[in-house]
This record gives sequence, C-alpha cells and structure tokens, in this order.
Amino acid sequence: MNYVWVIIIFFSFFCAIATNNMSSLSSAVISGGTEAITLVLKLSGIICFWNGLMAIAEKSGLTQVISKLLKPVMKLLFPKLKDEKAKNAISMNLTANLLGLGNAATPLGLEAMKRLQENALKKDTATDEMVRFVVLNSAALHLVPTTVALLRQEFGSQNPMEILLPSIVTSLFSVSIGVFMTFILRKAFKI
Amino acid sequence: MSNFTDYILPFIVAMIVGFGAIKGLNVFDVFLDGAKSGFKTVLGITPALIGLIVAVNMLKSSGGLDVISNIFEPVCSFLKIPKEITPLAILSPISGSGTISMFETILKEYGPDSFVGRCASIIMGSTETTFYAITLYYGSCNIKNTRHTLPSAICADLVSFVFSSFAVKLFIL
Repeated sequence: MNYVWVIIIFFSFFCAIATNNMSSLSSAVISGGTEAITLVLKLSGIICFWNGLMAIAEKSGLTQVISKLLKPVMKLLFPKLKDEKAKNAISMNLTANLLGLGNAATPLGLEAMKRLQENALKKDTATDEMVRFVVLNSAALHLVPTTVALLRQEFGSQNPMEILLPSIVTSLFSVSIGVFMTFILRKAFKI
Repeated sequence: MSNFTDYILPFIVAMIVGFGAIKGLNVFDVFLDGAKSGFKTVLGITPALIGLIVAVNMLKSSGGLDVISNIFEPVCSFLKIPKEITPLAILSPISGSGTISMFETILKEYGPDSFVGRCASIIMGSTETTFYAITLYYGSCNIKNTRHTLPSAICADLVSFVFSSFAVKLFIL
C-alpha cells in the first residue's frame, strides 16, 4: 500500500499539471479529509451496533451454529486455521457478505482480523489467513447485487435482474482466482 | 425485489437478539459491552481512511483516470471489451461512491439494457472497493506488511473486468 499511495499522489499531481486541473486538485485535497471523517462518523455507528450484536450472538452460541454450517467452506478456504474464535468470526462475516449485508459484514470482518492477529507471530505482518480473508472481502461475495438491480430499474431497464446469473458467475470466477492467487503467491511473499 | 431484501436485515437483528433472550442472556448489557469495543476499531481505521480518501479524491479530480483509460485502450479493443467501461473498472477498486456515480452516468448515457450498460452492471455486481477493504481491514489492526494481498485482489478485479463482457454474451445475448 505504501507504493500505491505514493504513486496515486504523484500521478495525480502530474496529471493535474498536464491537464491544467490544479485548482480542482487542491480543493480535492481539502475536501478529502472532510469526506473521510464524515465516512468514519457514518461507519462508527454501524460498527458499534454490530459489535454489540456480535457479542450477543457469541454469548448465546449463535455464532457456533453458523460456524458449523460453514465448516466445509472454511476447511477449503482456511485449511490451516485452528482457532475456533477466529473461525466463528470469519463465518459470521462471510454469511453477512453472502446475504448482501455489506454494512454488517465490515464490523464482523474487523473483529475477525483482530482474532487472526492474535495468532500471528509478527504483529505487523499479514498471515496467510489474513491475506485470504481480505481478498475474499475485497471481491464481491453477495448472492444478489441489490444496489445494481435497483439502479438499473431506476434507469428504465426492461429486466433489471437479468444480470443476476452472469454477475454471480463472474463473482465466483473472480473470487476463485483471487483465492487461488493467495495460495500461489504465499511462498513468494515471505513473512 | 426491494421488498424481499428489505426483510433480511431486520430479520437478522431480531433473530440475534431473540436467540440471546431465549438463552437467558441480559441482552442489552452484553450489547453495550460489545458496542463499547467498537469505538477502538473506529479510532484504528480513521487515519488510514483519511489517507486513502484524500489520495483517491486527488486522482479523480486530476483527470488521471482518463490518462489511465487511454493507456489501456489497445488492450481493451484486443479483448473486445467496450472502452466506455474502462474508467469504471479502474475506479471500482479505489472508490465506492465514485464508482456508483460513474455507473449512473453510464446507465443514463447508454441505457441499462445496452451492451455497455450490461457489462458495467456485471462489473458493479462482481467487484468491491478493493483498496478500501485492504486499507480498512489492515488499518484496523495496524498491519504494515500486507504481503500478497494487493496482487491477489487485483487479479480478482481484472478477471471481473475481462470476463464481464464475455458473461454478457454468454448469458444474456
């Protein structure tokens, strides 16, 4: 991410020179900070709420039930993960993702990351499991692309849901490739 | 359609709370304890988000997107991907809100049932904001070395982009 950040900033700077866009670039720098804080404020309510609900689900044993249901998938995706608590948190996040509850999936996922980090030997370096988990979350896992369908309907599509099957197939394909890459590149990026 | 999906969230909230109550938990007390710990997470992600969003805003306003799209044009025409969706594919891993407004522009300009509109819909339905997810997840627990996360995630995004027009031909046309 270090390089990406530097590249984006420098690239933007030179593009703005080339296209004579410096004034909008400079206002983007100022508005970006404000935008980020607005986003954090929006997120903080959701994160706290779902952390609370997650605590209930955990104490009541609900997470273990869901975790059991997802066991075959978990074995395939995280063959080396032993920690039950981490597995439970990941299962909850994947379930929320599949149901299309992006807002709930994020706090649950952050919780899972915390658990995964407890098992890490080096605290500032991502483990194989973390990488795979983040890649899963950076690809779309939801079964029904609700937002897209709604927007299509709004713009007068004859059949807003016709993209359902191709979207699912494309997601499955891209998620599989992403996960596959995490297994392949694991050795090339040593801890 | 919106009817059914509207049920999911409230149902899950009710189910979690109900299940806890049946098991005899002091649900509200447990909730408060959990919610309190959420603030720590929020503080953890704030700096990373500020850094990312400022950079993304800079990229959007500098006209840099068009420059990148032009670089990719020969590759796209070779793979028979409509060039109108390239900016969307480039923006989708870095900015969630930016992608949605660009998607709306595409739908307005070409129509949702056009080839371009369908390709764009599939890209939207099969990708997430990769950089945002990476920043958020690693930022929350202060991880500096993300190892092979970015290359793997970018591969997944590229697959969505390249496969989208193919999927339209395969399943819809």
